[in-house]
Amino acid sequence: MGLTLTQKILSAKVGREVKPGELIEVDVDMVLGNDVTAPVAIKEFEKIGIDRVFDNTKIALVPDHFVPNKDIKSAEQVNIMRKFAKKHGIVNFFEVGQMGIEHALLPEKGLVLPGDVVIGADSHTCTYGALTCFSTGVGSTDMAAAMATGKAWFKVPEAIKFVLKGNLQKWVSGKDVILYIIGKIGVDGALYKSMEFTGNIKALSIDDRFTIANMAIEAGAKNGIFDFDKITDAYVKGRAKREYKVFERDEDAEYSEVYEINLDEIRPQVAFPHLPENTRNIDEVGKVKIDQVVIGSCTNGRLSDMEIAYKILKGKKVHPDVRLLIFPATQEIYLECVKRGYIEEFIKAGAAVSTPTCGPCLGGHMGILAKGERALATTNRNFVGRMGHPESEVYLSSPAVAAASAIAGYIVSPEEV
Amino acid sequence: MQGKAIKYGDNIDTDVIIPARYLNTSDPQELAQHCMEDLDKEFKNKVQEGDILVVGENFGSGSSREHAPIAIKASGISCIIAKSFARIFFRNAINIGLPILECKEAVDGIEEGDIVLVDTDNGIIKNLTKGTEFKAQPFPDFIKEIMKYGGLINYVREKV
Repeated sequence: MGLTLTQKILSAKVGREVKPGELIEVDVDMVLGNDVTAPVAIKEFEKIGIDRVFDNTKIALVPDHFVPNKDIKSAEQVNIMRKFAKKHGIVNFFEVGQMGIEHALLPEKGLVLPGDVVIGADSHTCTYGALTCFSTGVGSTDMAAAMATGKAWFKVPEAIKFVLKGNLQKWVSGKDVILYIIGKIGVDGALYKSMEFTGNIKALSIDDRFTIANMAIEAGAKNGIFDFDKITDAYVKGRAKREYKVFERDEDAEYSEVYEINLDEIRPQVAFPHLPENTRNIDEVGKVKIDQVVIGSCTNGRLSDMEIAYKILKGKKVHPDVRLLIFPATQEIYLECVKRGYIEEFIKAGAAVSTPTCGPCLGGHMGILAKGERALATTNRNFVGRMGHPESEVYLSSPAVAAASAIAGYIVSPEEV
Repeated sequence: MQGKAIKYGDNIDTDVIIPARYLNTSDPQELAQHCMEDLDKEFKNKVQEGDILVVGENFGSGSSREHAPIAIKASGISCIIAKSFARIFFRNAINIGLPILECKEAVDGIEEGDIVLVDTDNGIIKNLTKGTEFKAQPFPDFIKEIMKYGGLINYVREKV
């Protein structure tokens, strides 16, 4: 029996062929933590009683959730990271001013590469699978153990194969593809499994792929992973500062399920509260009035997301009853938006533009909802209370639908503005 | 371990187990004060030391915040029985030494308030109130070993 892409990468790391269901211990190429998870990991690391990390170049510490610090408590959490980074000479600690949202930042800096095994104490660590690596979210204790030993334990996953066909329609992006898939298989449809994307992947930009892999966790998956192609190669070239290895699945790899996804058939999608699986075609949404629109996050804060928002907002005005918040995901993306004139148009349209932060996505800061308020967001979760008051609501969509809806005041297709 | 069952449904995510507005601390006692707050405001008052959480499918979905199992453990819960767990929550619970079991039949056969006895080594769940018994899949040896040390950190400390 052949191996899936994920099983291929794990087998190479272990040095023998692994089988689904088997528990293995694997060397990791990168260990990531943020200002919510790393302080807990650092506390646990210190309990182990060793005085050095396994490799000071293979740990990334990115304060991004409550930064710039929203209060004294969060400032103290980041200080724990800062002191730990200094003490252990952690090369990849990203201070405010250089940082970005972790899952946009690490690929941009070339810190995660094809063939890598990456763990991150953040559930959206699965994003990097867009670059044909095995990358998965873990907890703080896993992070602590990996910082000490350079290893992590995994159950080798089975996989679901998604064979993409056709091309995306105008105004349809990676976000619509992944919402469509989650709507089809459910929030636990890929529980413990890999989601492997193959077929006509050239129809998807690297940013589309990051968005799709990013939300694999919303279907319960262990990881999402794309085949390697010219588009991957073009992204990685110039960023990689070390060798990397390209893996391919075996022709006869066994999958628990196989889905054919016809990209031509996908319309813009909206996920209704309170689960990402509650998806509808934009044509079936009805008139849903909104109080706030958020464009950004580790799911949709990349340059192409900003570009589509710019194209829709240019010369238009945000509806007077709507607050539009735009968060470019990294400093590099932010700067590029400034150079291209996007920021000027966003501000003229009436949007508030912010330095990179996860803030509103998780109801942390910078855009909390009051009781009864409703937001449309390009983020990844619409759980109860996710963006603020437990009686507020979050709807999920692409940046195109979000930008168009900010103008209309209710959820609309970009075709209508 | 033995305790009273507290029961919830499917897809209980880590945002309702411990909302992000409380993630600017990692103090277990402080987190326990807000455990389950957005799902059940009464949880804090009804939970007693040793109680057993009985839940549906995909428990602990969403964020990787270890604050979720930490808050549950610090609130006094001794064990979680679920139809299924979200995978990051599953490993976080094991890593911090919070016993968990997957057993669909047991979840269907236990009601809120029933007294439940759990033997995690052998995967046996007894509903003492109803006089019924269920068998969950016991953990593989590697995970039993982590649990024996009371979590991953003690296990690693032993190995390095």
